[in-house]
Amino acid sequence: MATRDDEQGMDRRGFLECMAWVGTGAVWTMASGVLKGTPLEASAYGAAKMAGGLRFVQISDSHIGFDKAANTDVTATLREAIAKIKGSPEQPSFVLHTGDLTHLSKPSEFDTLQQLMSELSLPVFYVPGEHDVLEDDGKSFLQRYGKGTLGAGWHSFDKDGVHFIGLVNVVDLKAGGLGSLGRGQLEWLEKDVKHLKSSTPIVVFAHIPLWSVYPEWGWGTDDSAQALAYLKRFGSVSVLNGHIHQVMQKVEGHVSFHTAMSTAFPQPAPGMGPSAGPMKVESERLRSVLGLSRMSFHAVNHPIAITDVTLADTM
Amino acid sequence: MKLLGAVLVFAAIATPTQVSEVAIDNFNFAAPTITVPVGATVTWTNRDDVPHNVVSTDNAFKSPVLDTDQKFSHMFETPGTFKYYCSLHPRMTGQIVVNR
Repeated sequence: MATRDDEQGMDRRGFLECMAWVGTGAVWTMASGVLKGTPLEASAYGAAKMAGGLRFVQISDSHIGFDKAANTDVTATLREAIAKIKGSPEQPSFVLHTGDLTHLSKPSEFDTLQQLMSELSLPVFYVPGEHDVLEDDGKSFLQRYGKGTLGAGWHSFDKDGVHFIGLVNVVDLKAGGLGSLGRGQLEWLEKDVKHLKSSTPIVVFAHIPLWSVYPEWGWGTDDSAQALAYLKRFGSVSVLNGHIHQVMQKVEGHVSFHTAMSTAFPQPAPGMGPSAGPMKVESERLRSVLGLSRMSFHAVNHPIAITDVTLADTM
Repeated sequence: MKLLGAVLVFAAIATPTQVSEVAIDNFNFAAPTITVPVGATVTWTNRDDVPHNVVSTDNAFKSPVLDTDQKFSHMFETPGTFKYYCSLHPRMTGQIVVNR
């Protein structure tokens, strides 16, 4: 690894930052939505630029239909995120949307989302957020995106040697609890990964974080430990979530956790506001707290490289 | 018409109406426990910028999803303790204690 980085002209600081990213200890990075300019992001982007490997994009929490003070035009900001993907010199193979496509699960909101996403001309894989399953047990969502999925919309697929697993943790939630995967889905997950080699890189995507970000605000999933137990033997596991409308990262052994920004509105850092609700920022700052995440695998035996890009960024 | 009006007036007099309010604010039921007499109507109002609902844990009642400023009312006709939560944000819980 050192040799490879030296060849690429990475300085010692860059190397140490890179090592922090792949280190076996826990690395906590907390930011109120923006990672641009931080060492971690810089090194991840460097790796992405070198890569000839798999590239994909995560967008999240587009909340089509939301029109309150925190962002009165969420369609425009989603459109900007899509333009960013289309304008990228290195096109991704596909896009993951990690839920809360809509704000109120209305057919018209799904239609708008569908129309905007179709401008990408890329495959898009969805998992629902709690806002997408409000009235009818998720039927509106499943009618559109449920093809080839099981239960409330969980599914898996393989791409360039990487195994992707979309999980649903926003239905059948119990009073007083957090997000929930449920027994049926956990049993499916155990079977789904059973025959994979331990060297297969795994990417899990789901709406609510699969790690305990801030249970006081419901930012966690009650039975995520069981899911992670099934993935323990794999050498590289990346867990991508949304829901909290800000970037957070944690690395634990072979598992890296990451949450993406929303394209609609920011939410406060844990405990830093009266509640987890939409946070109004000055209008000139809004686009610096909304965005998407670019992902790439440098090589199959490398950890995932994640670059968080705000709508205000030029790259 | 006259007859209907008379019936409505009669109903209003015969049933002692008590209306209790629970605001939903900052991902909380502002009064997590309230005590009401049998026959009382409780009204929840969502004051948040995000939708919530009101779902009894034993399926005694369930509101539609309440967007900002939308209300839901339920009349409690039997005594007991009725626990409820927001099924979208299940950390949000409350209870209505109905006394005879």
